[in-house]
Amino acid sequence: MEFHNKALPGKVSRIGFGLLITGLILMVAAFALDYRRAMFDYLTMFMWLLSLGLGSLGLIALEYISGATWSTPFRRVSEFLASLLPVMFLLVIPVVVGMKELFVWTDPQVVKSDAVLQGKEPYLNTTFFIARAAICLLIWVVFYFFLVRNSQKQDSESIPQYTKSNIRLSAIFTPIFMVTLTIIAIDFMMSLFPHWYSTIYGVYYFSGTLVAAYSALTLISVLLKEGNYLSSRINNDHFYSMGMLMFAFNIFWAYIAFSQLLLQWYADIPEETFWYIIIWEHSWKVVSIALFLVHFAIPFLVLMPRSVKTNLKKLKFMAIWMLVAHYLDLYWLIMPAYDHHSAVFGWQEIGFPLFAVGVVIVIFKMKARKTNIIPVGDPKLESGFNFHL
Amino acid sequence: MIGKIKNKLKEVNNRNLEQKRSDELYAIGALFDTPDEIMDAAGKTTEAGYEEFDVNTPYPVHGMDQAMKLKNTMVGKTTFIFGFLGTTAALLMIGWMSGIDYQNIIGGKPFFAIPPAIPITFELTVLLGGLATAGLMLTLFNRLPWINNPLHDTNYIKQTASDKFGLVIYAKDKNFNIATVEGFLQSIGGKSIEKINFFEVREDRVRTPIFDFKFIALLAVVTVVTAVTAYGILRYVLFLPPFDFMWKQEKVLPQEKSTFFADGFSMRPPVEGTVSRGYIPYEYQGLPDSVVTLLANPLPINAEVLAKGKQRFDTYCSPCHGYYGEGDSRLRGQFPNPPSLHTDKVRQWADGNIYHVITNGQNVMSSYAKQISRDDRWAIVHYIRALQRALNAKDEDLN
Repeated sequence: MEFHNKALPGKVSRIGFGLLITGLILMVAAFALDYRRAMFDYLTMFMWLLSLGLGSLGLIALEYISGATWSTPFRRVSEFLASLLPVMFLLVIPVVVGMKELFVWTDPQVVKSDAVLQGKEPYLNTTFFIARAAICLLIWVVFYFFLVRNSQKQDSESIPQYTKSNIRLSAIFTPIFMVTLTIIAIDFMMSLFPHWYSTIYGVYYFSGTLVAAYSALTLISVLLKEGNYLSSRINNDHFYSMGMLMFAFNIFWAYIAFSQLLLQWYADIPEETFWYIIIWEHSWKVVSIALFLVHFAIPFLVLMPRSVKTNLKKLKFMAIWMLVAHYLDLYWLIMPAYDHHSAVFGWQEIGFPLFAVGVVIVIFKMKARKTNIIPVGDPKLESGFNFHL
Repeated sequence: MIGKIKNKLKEVNNRNLEQKRSDELYAIGALFDTPDEIMDAAGKTTEAGYEEFDVNTPYPVHGMDQAMKLKNTMVGKTTFIFGFLGTTAALLMIGWMSGIDYQNIIGGKPFFAIPPAIPITFELTVLLGGLATAGLMLTLFNRLPWINNPLHDTNYIKQTASDKFGLVIYAKDKNFNIATVEGFLQSIGGKSIEKINFFEVREDRVRTPIFDFKFIALLAVVTVVTAVTAYGILRYVLFLPPFDFMWKQEKVLPQEKSTFFADGFSMRPPVEGTVSRGYIPYEYQGLPDSVVTLLANPLPINAEVLAKGKQRFDTYCSPCHGYYGEGDSRLRGQFPNPPSLHTDKVRQWADGNIYHVITNGQNVMSSYAKQISRDDRWAIVHYIRALQRALNAKDEDLN
């Protein structure tokens, strides 16, 4: 078949490793210069990579349980991105090592003098935190392993039984996915402000995750299409659907973000509003307004017309835009914990996203060398190619 | 008589509804058998340079808009413009109402703020966008109330409504020529080629009936009559006797000053010594316990009374005294704990004493005379006695 094991060009690895090494050098320098600040930057990067990996795994499960066929030709892209999850086991180590810098509740001295933190101690303590992170990561990796194994076996064996067992796996995974994602969002980000809470926080991170996953899927699919690595039978309707879902989940993100704001604004309880005061004062106000524009207002208006979603160049640009916007979103969630008063941005912040993009490219390239870019044995593939709006 | 009606009905049923057609040609239609054929035909028609043509299919055929080289419709832009109008209107409306016209302090919030205005803004955006899209679709695109397209009532449209795929080329096309078009349709594989003429009455040449004088006059009459009738009924008829009897009765309204009583109060207090129905005064009210030892329980001891006593006890007494009268209340800690009802003191009390405490209150416990009726209080006394007996059973109870 035309799309059997078509290796990506060596240029991809060179770019990937180039970014990865440049990022790594800058990261090491950032850690050497200001350990605490670099820790927060690292956490931002970690959550961004997790968004891509976990969101992509969510998309795979979503495709199976909804019986979608249009996304089947692109499922390998999501699968390759989801292979970030095993790597997360390595990447989480610096977060655990540097916990003392990130989370105030790890300091027994602080907890002792704080009634609220004492009350939260049974949940927010170092041991339980590490246990939760390990269990959640393990669950994801296990589901990733089985889902992808079935999908890849299908390439050679071509039997629908694998699709059936993957549907069952996805149905089990989806509720677990929501719960574990919420736990990790609360642990890794909300507990940076242990006195603040928002019950919609998990959904907020989930919405951002799906935006990131769809954007990455769109970006990579467009790039592969341009380089002729995907089948010629993939048409504009496929890309239109991706752009549409990117657009839809971006609105969903804005909806969730606004729901949180509206309720906390109305209730006006000091233990909820203080976080909004932090991000609405000094230079954080600029970041907040920028986030509204970059993550919602501009993509909303740009992605609305049909012509943008069927134009691959514009779609590619918007996918990159949304990935940057998601990084900004995480920066806005995490960095105020580093400095309540001013949004820091300097050369130290540059290395981390470079490293993250490098990791994604290198892993994608490695995966694409071994596996077909299109799931050739999937029974849904044919109807996926024939997809028309 | 019935025969006549039957005949008339038959006549109506058999009447020829077919409209007369004029000699002027409207379009030429051809039928195709499969979606692929019609797709191909549409492509060829576009290539041949025809612009005024249309395709009728029994169900939507994917990719037809591309085959026909249709441009994007104005729907998206229309919806966007009207949606944006909705956004603006909502913000202006909320801004004017809560910011200027009717300022209210709610929870110390500013008179006008963006967050609470967002939901209504969203609603109005969707509402205006949606309504305008649907309304403009019906009037501009579907050109209602014109309902008689010349394609109606032709073999062509009947076939495409069931299982054939049709393509018509309109006579208004600039390359239109009967012979060439017929030849062309045949060459691309069209079957049952049909010439379709205009109806005798051409709707597109008649002014739309919306602006017809008779229609507007009828509308005006209906509007005026409805409004006047509704106004008349609500304003006058409802205030005619007998509908106004209740309204005009002699009565004292709240806060109304009396011109009859010297003190000016309209509401009179009851005459001194007035007793409500079924009320038996309690002459020991406020007296110490010792005076009431001789008061006897008027109720018999039977299952019904005890069940009543238990129900009342559980409702009114158990929150503090506990279900078994041991002073282990559900509200423990929030009030001073009441003493147990199983102390020697209470067990040796006369029934009258317990009744007196319930009626009169004691220490922190307030009077329950208002909440619990007299009989129920005596039933509770029986029940307390049963509880006491239960915790201090005698040998004979075991039999």
